[in-house]
Amino acid sequence: MAECHPVGFQWVMEAKARGATLIHVDPRFTRTSAMADIHVPIRAGTDIAFLGALVNHVLLNELDFREYVVAYTNAASIVGEDFKDTEELGGVFSGFDPDTGKYDSSSWQYEGVTEAAAAGQRDPSLPGTPGSDEDLESGAAESGSDSAGSEHEAHEAGRSETAGSGGPTVGSKPPRDETLQHPRCVYQILKRHYARYTPEMVERVCGISQAQFAQVADVLTRNSGPDRTAAFCYAVGWTQHSVGVQNIRTAAILQALLGNMGRPGGGIMALRGHASIQGSTDIPTLYNLLPGYIPMPHAAHHEDLDSFVAADAGSTGYWGNMRDYAVSLLKSYWGDAATADNDFCFDYLPRLTGDHSTYPTVLGQIEGSVKGYFLVGENPAVGSSNGKLQRLGLANLDWLVVRDFNLIESATFWKDAPEIATGELVTEDIGTEVFFLPAAAHTEKSGSFTNTQRMLQWHHKAVEPPGDCRSDLEFYYDLGKRMRASLAGSTDELDRPLLDLTWDYPEHGPTDEPSAEAVLREINGVGPDGAALSSYTELKDDGSTACGCWIYCGVYADETNQAARRKPGQEQSWVAPEWGWAWPANRRILYNRASADPDGKPWSERKAYVWWDAEQGKWTGHDVPDFVVDRPPDYEPPEGATGPDAIGGRDPFVMQTDGKAWLFAPVGLADGPMPTHYEPPESPVSNSMYEQQNNPAREPIERPENPLNPTGSPVFPYVFTSYRLTEHHTAGGMSRSLPYLAELQPEMFCEVSPRLAQQRGLINGGWATIVTERTAIEARVLVTERVRSLRIGDRMLEQVGLPYHWGGNGLTTGDSTNDLVNLTLDPNVHIQGKVGTCDVQPGRRPVGPALIAYVERYRQRAAEAAATPSGTEGSHA
Amino acid sequence: MAARANLSNWPVLRQASGSDRLGRGAAVKSGVSERLQPRTATADKVVDSVCPYCAVGCGQKLYVKDDKVVQIEGDPASPVSRGRLCPKGSATLQLVSNPSRVTKVRYRRPHGTEWEDLDLETAMEMITDRVIKTRRDNWEWEKDGKRTRRTMAIASLGGATLDNEENYLMKKLYTAMGAVQIENQARI
Repeated sequence: MAECHPVGFQWVMEAKARGATLIHVDPRFTRTSAMADIHVPIRAGTDIAFLGALVNHVLLNELDFREYVVAYTNAASIVGEDFKDTEELGGVFSGFDPDTGKYDSSSWQYEGVTEAAAAGQRDPSLPGTPGSDEDLESGAAESGSDSAGSEHEAHEAGRSETAGSGGPTVGSKPPRDETLQHPRCVYQILKRHYARYTPEMVERVCGISQAQFAQVADVLTRNSGPDRTAAFCYAVGWTQHSVGVQNIRTAAILQALLGNMGRPGGGIMALRGHASIQGSTDIPTLYNLLPGYIPMPHAAHHEDLDSFVAADAGSTGYWGNMRDYAVSLLKSYWGDAATADNDFCFDYLPRLTGDHSTYPTVLGQIEGSVKGYFLVGENPAVGSSNGKLQRLGLANLDWLVVRDFNLIESATFWKDAPEIATGELVTEDIGTEVFFLPAAAHTEKSGSFTNTQRMLQWHHKAVEPPGDCRSDLEFYYDLGKRMRASLAGSTDELDRPLLDLTWDYPEHGPTDEPSAEAVLREINGVGPDGAALSSYTELKDDGSTACGCWIYCGVYADETNQAARRKPGQEQSWVAPEWGWAWPANRRILYNRASADPDGKPWSERKAYVWWDAEQGKWTGHDVPDFVVDRPPDYEPPEGATGPDAIGGRDPFVMQTDGKAWLFAPVGLADGPMPTHYEPPESPVSNSMYEQQNNPAREPIERPENPLNPTGSPVFPYVFTSYRLTEHHTAGGMSRSLPYLAELQPEMFCEVSPRLAQQRGLINGGWATIVTERTAIEARVLVTERVRSLRIGDRMLEQVGLPYHWGGNGLTTGDSTNDLVNLTLDPNVHIQGKVGTCDVQPGRRPVGPALIAYVERYRQRAAEAAATPSGTEGSHA
Repeated sequence: MAARANLSNWPVLRQASGSDRLGRGAAVKSGVSERLQPRTATADKVVDSVCPYCAVGCGQKLYVKDDKVVQIEGDPASPVSRGRLCPKGSATLQLVSNPSRVTKVRYRRPHGTEWEDLDLETAMEMITDRVIKTRRDNWEWEKDGKRTRRTMAIASLGGATLDNEENYLMKKLYTAMGAVQIENQARI
């Protein structure tokens, strides 16, 4: 955190100054470690083993926050008899089909839920439902017979990730045992599942000593409870694994057990790397989502608006009003053309049929089906995994539009890609037509960023952009205007969505740029009188309201740009509610009803945040209560209630259909209801914990350009992991061309331990070549004890640290780490990994065709070694 | 009179008689450094902004003179950052005023070996034509008997460094044109 988000880290230091203990778990010793009380070096890719052991420690010693756990989590819920744990099935859960590599989750359901999820429920197994990878709920009945098939489609369509705001649906309330003794209650199932996650196992799998593990477990549990909270922060390195979602889930289970959710100083903070990456998820440039986590419709299930919202219509919690949000969005897109008679133009929406995420798109480029491509502030030739696949895709397009500040590698690949040097690509043979359009900087346009804590902040335009530079707002507005002008008069049905689109924003300035505030106001939404709305609770499904993103409704309340508020922090409370605007409803901590006990009183004076004021009959406190404001703690919803009416007075997790945090996920995940340790797709060791080596539901990308190093191969004995530096920004497009930053970090390097340096004859400041079956790259050598040799079982293991910012262009150049990274995807959200195995050799890599021959020799050696039983351990499972 | 003033400006005397006995501040200031002003003091206006790098969202102040951004500093009023910026944030001025920044459209024709000039208007017309043609030539009403109403030939990557308003228009336009393979850094 001190490396990637130094200014955010000041608050960690403030906490430390007030007595907090700071624990840093990372393969490398970094600036964060330097400030931490405890640095825990870990083998990359073993987070679930470590976190799972903390879960076990909590359960074994009954250190959970029992009153919180019973009241606010699904610990007491009873799971059906059909469920079989990994304990019984050699490391996989019930419902796994080895032929397809996919799970049918129906056996994970609560008792009494005969079918997985009913039609009419927002269940992730129905594509088109904003289901969540985060949390789950009590039973919904699904159209059982095709549940497995539709569930697979759901995960392919990325449905399980559409839970940026809430979880999938379960219908009826499950039976509960609040003594937590029933053998099939979630608490007991969890306890059995994590029993094998012992300190001894942590030592063997992660390379963390039992003494250090005990220290961490003690500090964490002592700092959780009514009077104290602990927080987890991760700089998104947890997500980039074939078990990415389950890494986060493990932390979520731990935090729910310790009562650290919805409370000040608690939570799990994703520290994201781009200024508006949260915003680009909320108002998504993502294939599977519409604004506000409304799913993109799926061809197989959503032929009309009714079937589209059916999954939510009967559900409890705020997703029960999904039709209001969807209709208001359609009104925002198609205005007067969208009427009740034509289903509010629902048919204008294109439909999904599977996984259309970025890596399948690249394969589509290589195969020739994807012909035109826009790159907008993104540099996949350096920033995406397996760079060769990215560049082969770019080289097979009809046309490419690149919008950026500089000529990034993704714009110049046709003349200087590494594949040109090796002869795999020839400039004259590449038919891609490339348009480079220079982009305006944030100083040259107005607009809002949503930061990593869901807060929108407005930046004001200071100067006009130079030359041909234009904002992306202006580019897309202009492109839309030109397309509409060109197609005007068309009677072809395929052009109707473009011609009926509301596409008329006020323009100003010398280049007639559209007004960003007008767009923000459309995002906020307007009521029947045309005035800006102030809350999503005002949205209607009759077409009388329009709203471009329901969770952002209120950002333009009172016809005022709330994101532009800048009341100095010093002049307001520590929550600082009048700086910017946080979705939803300017809440700064989500699910904050959990900061009070079931009766509505703060858990402790020290941790008071939001509480029930009985005299006034409402929730109050330091933040906007994340609850129905006048709903008393003793409220019991009437039988059959739906939507927000069905939220009980003691159910803080209001976006969940059961209002509870999920320790066990009976539905919603593609790879199991509880996180389980599997080895990364490339690992130096076999799985010590289960027969099953890898995440059985992972999504391999089988291409000749994407071979994997064999497990335990003596040819690739080391582990590498990629990471960021303080002085550079992701793929380098915004940092490698800056003189200051280029001077601060002038060259690509690898970090290795003294022991590895000795093994391979590496010299500090010299060169090293890092080799995988994909390719080999070169880097300067940094020999440092910051990278610790780890004892894994009966052997010592070395890890190699590789920053991934470099490419061929800019003031500082070097090989790209992502060229080494294999493509294997997490099955829930289709994200790639960042860990692999490698060899390291002194000196620079071969250039030209010799590089291909060099890597080919490694492939042959690895195949020969794998064919020889001795010297290898484990096998692909 | 002038001689006396000069004498009293003698650094040794100032150090001996003033409060800066260690000679680390006022006592050793020269006339030149006394007259120096920060770039921020001469700015025509100061504009509120937000750092464009990571998602912490540190406040920035843009100092503008003669319609140029001359300095970018942290905003002390921000409850997020309290005036601080990291090395990247502190270098933002070089991002926006970098002489290496490309400000003209560049064009590479199919199979071309060099960049060519192209005016923005022509480029926009050409891109519009490409999008319309690719969309029409690769339109898909149905797949496996189910209505899809889309084109699988046009894709887009990016958005995480952009404004919310930009992402909104992108998604809106792409959806209306039937493109679904719209992605950004969030999945990478």
